[in-house]
Formats: sequence, C-alpha cells, structure tokens
Amino acid sequence: MSFTITIDKRKVLVDEGCTLIDAAADNGVFIPNLCYTRGKPCLGTCRVCSVRVNGKVTAACTVPVQPGMVVDVNEPEVAEMRKLLVEALFSEGNHNCPSCEKSGRCELQAVAYEVEMTASPFPYRFPKREREDAADHIFLERDRCIFCQRCVEHVRDEETGQAIFAIHGRGTKARIEIDVGLANKLTPEQVHAAAELCPVGCILEKGVGFEDPMGSRKFDVKSLRRRMLEGETS
Amino acid sequence: MDRFVERLVAEVLDRFGSDRTRLMDMLWEVQRARGHISEDAIAALARGLDMSVPDVAETVTFYHFFRTAPFAQHVIYLADTVIARMNGYDEVRAALIAATGADFGVHDGTGQFGLDNAPCIGLSDQEPAMLVDDVVFSGLTPEKVHEIVAQLRSGKSAEELANPNAYEKTSVHYVDAVAEAKILKSGPVMFQEGRDYPALVRSIVERTPEEIIREVDASDIRGRGGAGFPAGLKWRLAREAEGAEKYVICNADEGEPGTFKDRALLTHAAKDVLLGMIAAAHTVGSRTGIIYLRAEYWYLKAFLEGQIEAFRAEGLLGSDILGSGLDFEIRIQMGAGAYVCGDETALIESCEGKRGTPRVKPPFPIQHGYLGMPTVVNNVETFALCSQIIDKGGAWFTAMGTEQSSGTRLLSISGDCERPGIYEIEWGITLDEVLKMVGAETAVAVQISGPSGEMLRVDQDRFRKFCYSDLSCNGSLMVFNGSRDLLDIARHFTEFFVNESCGICTPCRSGGVDLLTKIDRVIAGRAVQQDLDDFRLWGKLMMRTSRCGLGTTAPNPILTTLDKFPELYEAKLNDAKSALLASFDMEDAMSAFDSAVDNLVREDV
Amino acid sequence: MTLDSVPKEVIFSHDMPAKALDPELRKAREAKVQIATISLCGCWGCNLSLLDTDEALVDLLDKVHITRSSFTDIKRIPGQIAVGLIEGGVANDENIETLEHFREHCDILIATGACAIWGGVPSMRNMHGLEACLREAYVDSPTRPVQSAPVVPHHPDIPKLTKKVYPVHEVVQIDYSIPGCPPDGRTMFKVIDDLLSGRGFSMPPDFNRFD
Repeated sequence: MSFTITIDKRKVLVDEGCTLIDAAADNGVFIPNLCYTRGKPCLGTCRVCSVRVNGKVTAACTVPVQPGMVVDVNEPEVAEMRKLLVEALFSEGNHNCPSCEKSGRCELQAVAYEVEMTASPFPYRFPKREREDAADHIFLERDRCIFCQRCVEHVRDEETGQAIFAIHGRGTKARIEIDVGLANKLTPEQVHAAAELCPVGCILEKGVGFEDPMGSRKFDVKSLRRRMLEGETS
Repeated sequence: MDRFVERLVAEVLDRFGSDRTRLMDMLWEVQRARGHISEDAIAALARGLDMSVPDVAETVTFYHFFRTAPFAQHVIYLADTVIARMNGYDEVRAALIAATGADFGVHDGTGQFGLDNAPCIGLSDQEPAMLVDDVVFSGLTPEKVHEIVAQLRSGKSAEELANPNAYEKTSVHYVDAVAEAKILKSGPVMFQEGRDYPALVRSIVERTPEEIIREVDASDIRGRGGAGFPAGLKWRLAREAEGAEKYVICNADEGEPGTFKDRALLTHAAKDVLLGMIAAAHTVGSRTGIIYLRAEYWYLKAFLEGQIEAFRAEGLLGSDILGSGLDFEIRIQMGAGAYVCGDETALIESCEGKRGTPRVKPPFPIQHGYLGMPTVVNNVETFALCSQIIDKGGAWFTAMGTEQSSGTRLLSISGDCERPGIYEIEWGITLDEVLKMVGAETAVAVQISGPSGEMLRVDQDRFRKFCYSDLSCNGSLMVFNGSRDLLDIARHFTEFFVNESCGICTPCRSGGVDLLTKIDRVIAGRAVQQDLDDFRLWGKLMMRTSRCGLGTTAPNPILTTLDKFPELYEAKLNDAKSALLASFDMEDAMSAFDSAVDNLVREDV
Repeated sequence: MTLDSVPKEVIFSHDMPAKALDPELRKAREAKVQIATISLCGCWGCNLSLLDTDEALVDLLDKVHITRSSFTDIKRIPGQIAVGLIEGGVANDENIETLEHFREHCDILIATGACAIWGGVPSMRNMHGLEACLREAYVDSPTRPVQSAPVVPHHPDIPKLTKKVYPVHEVVQIDYSIPGCPPDGRTMFKVIDDLLSGRGFSMPPDFNRFD
C-alpha cells in the first residue's frame, strides 16, 4: 500500500513499511548517514540522519513512514545538527585523511563534504588508541572507529553465527575488538566486504593500500549522495 | 586453563541451562566465586554458550562492578556524589587511603584492600557512604573509616560489622541494620501496616483483567520512574499486544543520584511491590516477572527472595495462584553497575545478558520487549501504588493530589536540610512547603529529579507546585544553601553522565565530554560569551538527537544552572583583550618542553 | 636579549624592501586588497597550492597585493590588512607569536590546509607526548652517531616546542577554513574570489577535500 508524506514541503508517494531514510532517497532527497545500510536492520547509532518528523527531531533511519507525516530535511536547524554530529566525530577520534588508505572511499569523509564541514568546532582530542593487527588479513585502525556497530551487527561467522567484532568498555572507553580466530576463517571476499562495510578506515584489508589514484576513487568517481539516491547499499 | 575455573564455569553453565540470556547471572556467579572474571572464564563461557569470546567480553566490560583482573579481597567503593562532597567526602577518602594502604584503582600491595569510586549508591540522606563487599556503611567520618578497616583487618567480615546483631539476611531487620530507611513521613498510601496479602491477591485474581485496568485507568496514575507514562494505558497496550509470552518487569535500578525511595519501598513495602506485579501479570497475561535490582542493593537480595518465597508458600506466587489458574513466578535479576540500565530498554537488554545499551524505538517494550515479547516495565513505586489503587479504588486515589496529577509520591530529600530522608507527599505541594517540611530554610538552590532533572532557584521557584504540569519530579530533591558552589555541582553531574554514557550514540558519547571540557574552562576563568552560547547549542544537539533519556537529559545540569543562575557563569567570563583566545592556556602549552629536555639530558648524564 | 623584548615598532633590516617604492607603484598597491600568508608548522604546500591557481593568479593579482609572505620574504605585516592565510598548526612559541601577529593585523583570518585546521601530520606527535617524540628523535634514534652523547636541541634562539600541536582556531579566532592537504588551487582561488566579490564564504562538496 502507498500513501503520501510531505518532505521539505513536497508531497511524495511512499510505500507502507518503508523506512523514512529510504523513502526520502527514493524521492530524490538525500539524508546523510553513517551507520545505516539499506536492506539491513537499523542500528540508530550515529544519529547523523537526524531530521524533523512532525516537528520532533528524530533519526530518519529509525522511523517507519506513516500517512500524512511531515518531514523537514533541509531546514537550517536540523541541517546544523547533522553537521555538528559529523564534526563531533572528527574531533573525537583521529581522522587523518591525508594519511588514510580509505580516503576517497570513506563515508565519514564523504558525509563531511555533504554537510560542508571545514573545521570541527569541538576541541580536537587526539585520543590514544592502540591499533590491532593480530588477525591474518585485517587491521583494526582504532583511531578511526566511530562506533557505528555495522561490523558488530552485520558481520558474522557463517558457520556458527557468532559475532566477529564487538565493542568493549563503554562511553569514552569504548573500543572495537576482533575475534582473531573467527576473522582468520573469513574468505578474502568476506574480508573485503567487511572492510567495505566499515564507513571509515578502521577495518582494513592487509596488503591493500592506496589502490586507486586520487580522482579515480570510489567517491571521486561518483559522490556518496548520488550513490544513495540511486539506491546503492553502501 | 585454570582447572578450578573450568569446573566453576561448567557448573554455572549447567545451573543456567547454558542459556545465554542469563549471562549476567553467570558472570556474577563467576565473579563472586573468584573475585574477578578472568580471560579463561570468559573463554569457557563463550564455548559453553556458543558465542565468540569478544561477544561475551562485550557484556563483561560494560558494567562497572565486573572485573576482568584480580583486584582485592575487600573492594571498597566510595560513593562520589555532590552530597557526599558536601559532607566530608575528601576527608573520608583520605582516611580510606591512609587506613587501607591502598589507593583508588590500586590495591594495598597484599591484595587485602582495594579502593574504587562508585556513583550514587542510594544513601544520599546519610552520606558519605561506601559499599564494602555486599553491604554498605553510611554516615562515614575518618574515625569510622579507620575503625571499619581495622575490624576488617582483624578478620571480621563486612557483613558482621554492618549487622552486629546477626539478623537473618532474609529479615527486614538485617536490611535496616545495613541501610536504614529513614521514612520521615508516610501515608496515606505508602508503607501501610497490616495488609492482608492473601485476600488482596484473591481480590486481584477474582477480577477480570478488564476490571483491573479500569481501576488503574480511573486512578490516573502515571509511571513514577520519571517519564510519567499512564500506567493503565501501558498495561492495556501490553495486554492487547500479540505475543506467545508476556513479561512484567519491576525497575529497581534506582540509579539516579539523590534518589533512594525505591530502596525504602523494597525494604518496608516489598510485598506491595509484589502485589502490584501480580496485578500487572494477571492483567497482561504474564507468567514471568523480573525484579531488576541494582547491584548496589545486593543486601536487599536475600530479603526480597525471602518475601517472594513467603508469597510462594502462601500460594500467592507460583502455579495456579489461589486456584485461579494464574501462573506467575518472579525472579530477581541483579544489575552490575550501569546507570543507563534505568532506561527500560537498556534494562531489558541487561536482563537478556547483554550490554545495557538502550534500544532503538519503535518498537516499544509493550510490543517487543524482553526476549522480543510484550513487556510491562514499571518503577518500584508505581507497582506499590497500584497495589493500593486496586484495593481501594481509582476514585480514592484521584481524591488525593491535584486534578491533573493524582495521588501521592515519595520524595527522597538530601543535602542542606535538617531532616533528610523519605517523605510521602500529595502532588500539588509547593517547593516552599517541602523546604519547610524538611527544615531547609537556608536553601538557595534545589536540584530536582537528580542530575537528569533541573536546578531550581528558590527565590524564583518557591511557589511552584510539584505536579506533572509544573515540577514533574521523580522524587529526588538535593538541597543547596548559599555556601555551595553550583558550578562545581553542575560539573560533577556532567561528569557523572560522561562516566555513565553507554557510548552507542554520537551526541551523548561525544557531547558529554565536550560539555565537561567547556565547564572546566568556565571554572578556570578561561571562557567567553561564545562558550555560553556553545553550551546552549551543543546542549540542544544532545537533547534533540540522543538515542535515549541519558543523552537527552545529560546537558540539563549545565543548561538549567545557566538558565537559573546566569550570574554565576557571567562572573567567570574572561574579558581580557588579546588576540590569543582566552581558552588557550599558554602556560600549559609551554609546560612540557623544558622538563622534557631536562629529563632527556639528565638521564644521559 | 630575546626577540620578545624588542618593541614591535622596531623594523629589522629584513622586514621591508630596502629601497623606497616608486610612489605610483605604492599607490596602486595600496588600492588593492592586501593579503598576507604564512606557514606555521606546515610544509609550505598550501602556499604552493596558491601558486597552483596558475594563470588565475595573474587575474587575482589585479585585485590583491601580497604583503608578508614566503614570496616576498617580508617578515611582518605592514599595518592593518584585509586577509591573512594561515598554513600549518601551532607547534612552538614562535608559531604562537606569529599567529598572534596575524590576528592583530588581519581583518579576516583563514586557516588553510589540514595542519592549520586540526594539526595535520605534525599533530601525530600529540598521541605520544612531546618527551617521547624527542626521545625517539634524539636519544633512542637508530641514526644517532654511535658513542656520541645525545643532543636534544635547546637554545634560547630556537623556538620552544609546545606540549602538543594545536589547530590554529584553538589559539586565535579563525574566520574561515579551507580543508585539504594541500587544498586544491582552484578551491583557494574560489574562497578568495568569493570574498573579494562579496559572495561570502562557502565550501560546497565539489570543492571540499580533506586530503
């Protein structure tokens, strides 16, 4: 069943059961996000897709569309909130784009461009985070982890269904961990998929560095916005 | 692999049927037997539960009281709260270090004593207070600390010290001996003596669920946990929701600093709480109830189990209750030190053996709660009140309080007043009346509803009323006189939220730290007007975009003091005219080079 | 005597061109928008990026006059000017003094490049601490001459290192930032051109680069 909702003063037709963030994309409205993956269960961790729904600020990935819903995406106040959330992520970790293998393929970076971030207004923290290289084919570059939980929820050992990635500690002490034994069972394709799923350069494939030259990288070739609007899943 | 640990874990797995949703209980069993949960134990649990090791460790490392390394025979947790700090916390802390030879985070060398911090342990009316093993000591002074430590050193257990008359752990005298419930004003609803529980249970099971809901609806009672959701509606929605099983959970995680009324209810009205749960179970069609008890209240566990057992012995719990066909069992789920578990969805996650991270809503617990089934989660006080409403009727309840806010509620009063403790009040009472009642004539500011609530200014808010349309208070009042530093208090509350943030969402995890950095800047005299504007902007960001109530209320300590006492902030602003920012600390920036050179050159000589 | 104690009015021999300017030329220059640039703890790459505007630079110079910069080798900004471009983060006391000087003399201050914006590559020392970095470089260094005593450079004439590398906006008020390592020449040109034309600052996704 379809019904109409209003996004940025425009009436659009959406399907029942659809999540707002997808419904918006299907109607040409891009909502920045970092933890959401189309077709996978909602994680609701990054909050970067915050929009106004019937007057209340809500993360668009958590909202099932309802008839008559009135949504503001590009209204200045919520747009500023999305930008602040991205800027908070940059000051919280160590996001050294010039030296990062994921640059040009990184969703955090691409989303920062979309919200027109230049410098973070939050104090840069320079946290000390140890990197983890014990797995055969995966690096964990923890400086860059944004705790989106994509890997925790969506990457599993195929045989047992066990979690390969996990968050230890809480709050400011949280850190991403890996089960080395299970990680070593992953096929090269699965390792690649896990690295691709990571929205930043935290999960890295060993032996793979700066594959494409600047100008030919994933988001150089086609922007994150275009990919999302065309329904690509990450 | 330690053979003892292997055997212990095997036993524990067996006892809980290798059910991973009972991981919290299993971790407690291991920790209580060994003092910590070792890598080996985690690995053995992971094998037994068909989970990966990091997955089990996710839960272990989330909770403050679970330890992954050995620490000490007696771990002493000193409650670090603003109330304790008003009443000699620093001296008590120093005395603990001196008496034990340990330090915070470091044991004494022999492993006999170890010290650690705890946030509020539910004794704000008698702080400083500390948790030692399973019991607490309150009203601490340096002398008292030295005495307790000396006794522990001589081989006495903390429990013997706290319970010198050797009361049975299942008796209320034991609980009272360990942690006195100072109920200074009770009635007309709470703490009523001589209730005939078998008759009351009979009157519940003999009525239809619809009749019970009608009575609860008629009372207009709203949940006493803080959110104020109508209890009758919650029960009705859970009743109507589809589910093979349904659950009733009592939220006894009372973690909001300055709140201790649930502890008093669980001590002196435990059966009322059970009765309320039975009513809810009968109404929604639940066979299983859970009391989620914070680990700081461990000394209540045996007592509550005794109360449950007493009900069971009278046929008021168990299968076919009083021949009605209703089956209902209650178990106690111990928490392990996480304020965020006071959020109902985080609490449910914890009950399922996971990290206490609040869920994405919708769906709500009434649709998709514990184990994915419709679940009613109510506060201790709500259940206790419902037990009376069902007995005496909704109309009896609405005759008390105001038109919009029916009945009574408990206040937990602490801070600068003559008579801290528990008071039952009718909604509609003014702040002024409360302050007079508790002997707080000198009050200048009052923090209501704990750090997540708001700071009131007595000269402005004196005649405001406690009710849902004005001061919708969760019951906690911390009273401050003119000698208290409210900026320091706001800072302490803000730091509490930083420590307790689960970290799953960006605004709460990151924003709390940024607010803390900024209020430190204010206190240091390095802030400018822009910093105050940033408080409002960043505070709004957290309030609007955070995933759960912790994040949305975490900016309140700063925002409400800034709103009510702007002059305190403005007096601290830096008006130096310099091209360098006031926040840039030149002295600190240049503090490392000379000493580094000295160290490196001297070392070589 | 240290540099600190020299009054700011004093002009050093290297401060200004030695010869008086032709009055016509001086007038023409003063009519233009005055710009100054500097690299603090950076690699001068952002300054070079400005040269990467190629022929657009010629058009730009019709409208602007570059005063203090690496191109002119003038050390101080003569009087109050319109725009200062800051490259590099703050890593020592000389950087602080220079940045302060820029803030005092520029109406608009723009941070250019990753180092100015958040510290950049030099700020990787922030995760290790100053002493550990100096130890690694001068004491435990594998390239240190065998059997020689380690020397940690310290002298009144050498700027003292700060405890950590600071983004410039954490030291002085910064009006705008141009990301990039270095920023693209066309992005630098766009920002300057926008400001000169009264269009205000903007950094749309097509121009924004962090690497």
